[in-house]
Amino acid sequence: MAGSAGGGEIIMATRELAAHELHAHAAPQGFIRKWVFSLDHKVIGLQYFFLALTAVFVGMFLSLLMRIHLIWPNVSLPLVGEIKPETYLSLLTMHGTIMVFFVLTTAPQGGFGNYFLPIQIGAADMAFPVLNMLSFWVTFLGYIVMLSAFFVVGGAPLHGWTGYPPLSALQSAGPGEGPGADLWVISIALFCIGALMSALNFITTTLDMRARGMSMMRMPLTCWAWFITAILGLLAFGVLFSAGILLLLDRNAGTSFFVPLVVVNGQLAAHKGGSPLLWQHLFWFFGHPEVYIAILPAMGLCSQLVSVFSRKPIFGYKAMVYAMLSIGLLGFMVWGHHMFMSGMSPYSAFAFSIMTMAIGVPSAIKTFNWLGTLWGGRIRFYSPMLFAIGFVSLFVSGGISGPFLAQPVLDIPLHDTYFVTGHFHLIMGVASIFGIFAATYYWFPKMFGRMMSESLARWHFWFTFVGTYAIFMPMHYLGMAGATRRYSQFTELAYLRDLIPLQKFITYAAIVTIAGQFIFLFNLFWSMKYGKKASDNPWEATTLEWTTATPPPHDNFGGHTPVVYNGPYEYSVPGAPRDYVMQNDPATVAAH
Amino acid sequence: MGLVLLVVIWLITFVSAYFFIAKTWWLPTGASAAAAGIDHHFTTTYILMGIVFVAAQVLLGLFAWKYRDRAAGSPARYSHGNNTLEIVWTVLTLILFVGLNLMSSSIWASERFRPAEPGALQVEVTGMQFAWYFRYAGPDGKFGATKPESIDPSAGGESAIGLDTTDPASKDDVVTGTMYAPVNREVEVILRAHDVIHSFFVPSMRFKQDVVPGLAIHMHFTPISTGDYEIACAELCGLGHYKMHGMLKVVSQEDFDKWLAAREAEK
Repeated sequence: MAGSAGGGEIIMATRELAAHELHAHAAPQGFIRKWVFSLDHKVIGLQYFFLALTAVFVGMFLSLLMRIHLIWPNVSLPLVGEIKPETYLSLLTMHGTIMVFFVLTTAPQGGFGNYFLPIQIGAADMAFPVLNMLSFWVTFLGYIVMLSAFFVVGGAPLHGWTGYPPLSALQSAGPGEGPGADLWVISIALFCIGALMSALNFITTTLDMRARGMSMMRMPLTCWAWFITAILGLLAFGVLFSAGILLLLDRNAGTSFFVPLVVVNGQLAAHKGGSPLLWQHLFWFFGHPEVYIAILPAMGLCSQLVSVFSRKPIFGYKAMVYAMLSIGLLGFMVWGHHMFMSGMSPYSAFAFSIMTMAIGVPSAIKTFNWLGTLWGGRIRFYSPMLFAIGFVSLFVSGGISGPFLAQPVLDIPLHDTYFVTGHFHLIMGVASIFGIFAATYYWFPKMFGRMMSESLARWHFWFTFVGTYAIFMPMHYLGMAGATRRYSQFTELAYLRDLIPLQKFITYAAIVTIAGQFIFLFNLFWSMKYGKKASDNPWEATTLEWTTATPPPHDNFGGHTPVVYNGPYEYSVPGAPRDYVMQNDPATVAAH
Repeated sequence: MGLVLLVVIWLITFVSAYFFIAKTWWLPTGASAAAAGIDHHFTTTYILMGIVFVAAQVLLGLFAWKYRDRAAGSPARYSHGNNTLEIVWTVLTLILFVGLNLMSSSIWASERFRPAEPGALQVEVTGMQFAWYFRYAGPDGKFGATKPESIDPSAGGESAIGLDTTDPASKDDVVTGTMYAPVNREVEVILRAHDVIHSFFVPSMRFKQDVVPGLAIHMHFTPISTGDYEIACAELCGLGHYKMHGMLKVVSQEDFDKWLAAREAEK
């Protein structure tokens, strides 16, 4: 595609023209069409971003209540009152669900992916703008439905974000398993629909809308990450959607997909013959790729940032692409490692274990390549780079506990303990969130035309980096000592009582770290209005979003379509006039 | 800034590593035959992953400081990578990860592929919201039938698991709230649940297995020292999950026989 055959160019040019014409007379003026039901991928990206921003603060607030309850069980809080064991489990369920779906899946892909994928590949918009708008509004509806579960009789469900039946399938299994649990399932099903539409859009856009010269192997690694994430989403969310519908039928229509003959509260339930493990297979067939859906965009972005701020080409571009592709592929063959203790065949545990260890290899390759990129660079420590380095550190720390949990033998002591909680929070939670922070600091100037305060950003970084380690590293110690997850109190077992001091430390660390996030919130809104005006390319980066105006015009490139001549990471090219060569610079790298 | 990053990353690394090396918090003392093997493999994984963890973090901090942008520094190296290096570290990681896994496969096989030995003590473990019950077959060596419609959790004991008292085999069945087992004899547990999924977790025995309604899961472990060992529920099972616990009392065969006989006499 890189400007090769003439016929291909004509097709590309026609496509560009079509996309461009669509936009030329589509710049809406009214508030509703411009900011609410917008077809512009940039506005939709911002909508996703702000949805995720509210969700992350809700999710964080829930975790704060949980941590407070764990060490001061009898304290009554303003607005919330006293937290009972079932309230604790509702908080836990909603924290996990909101964070996984409405933050980790929404911000990196729906938010930044929407905003920057088309610009980075030189397109005027996503392939299907109307579908894009629908994706957002269905996701938004899902979010409202999810939050409403707090306000119905019985409150939010207590079955955890994994929603294992029969607990999640029986209205009588506990408080919150009534209407709250129905709303929870419906919300997830809506989210799946939004995510499927969005995935189709991302895949089509990447394959069909690239500017002339933007071959696949010239795409920034961010675009590769969004593309692969979309493929994972397309294959995973359909399965979760189906599982959700089946669960809804079990709950309300008397089917028994997941429920065998059970007796709850002394009453024989009207079910028989279903398989609780079937849900686990379906859920984790989605759930494991979901981990990569959350972290791949962060991997792509941090690859980008490490290169930009080290002023060096990325070390092993192709290796990075192949690593992400193999993570995507292997990601669908490892779901059983969540089920080593579930009663699944121990022989299949062995197979899943080998595949899981194998998926550690591309992750390790990525880490080596990030270090290789730093090596011999001239590192500029702006806030996006601090968060990118923080990401690498957290990715290593969270990743290193993976080979423990990937081995069924070690899962015997560690499964369902705080070791797992520490592991996935560091890697899927905090590392991905660091990706989101890095993206915000990096692209804020392009999105809002102003710079964020660099000194506030640094304070925010140190609070968050040290704070999250202080919260999640001790969880590994707890887990080794056998501390079980999802306990609302540690008072009932002697060995858990001995661990309460460490639990207290974690709560203190959480309070401080959460307080630190208000620095970010303040910086974000203050800088939108009062930040220093940003130039078009404040970071001296090479990719196409930095070639256009700030903020970009409605059609992204102000009436022309860029032509790409160079790879995305041409920094410090010997003989070049500056230490970076833009992707659309016709004086190609080969000339130097 | 590079120096601050180096100091902070190294500090986090060394403080974290210290608590791992000092074993301030560690696996509970193992009291089953499998514990030594599992713990040994845990330690092996631990050392290897610990080295990778420290090496990667130390390099990250070092590079951040060493390659910081300096006015007088040399320009950044223009390099797109090195294929030989890529191949070397791919192969090394693959050997490390898959090798580690293969090392532990024999322990897994003996824990989960092999059925319980003949002569193992059979104990049926039933999990329900929010208690554990243990059933011994008695002198006839047979478990009596249970009936779902007879289950009455509030009554406790035999009624809680729905024991069918009309079945002759159930006459000598003993149902208790505390698990007793003789030392140095394999215990075959038959794991059942009546309502939702629970998980039978005995940290000191290095034993954990989900208990799934609709399935009777056969597993085994061998206690090797006498004492009291706490049992927890490791799978979220509802609002009382945190207080669903029990006790395993490992005693001599003699004491075990006496205890069982006393329970039979009580019936």
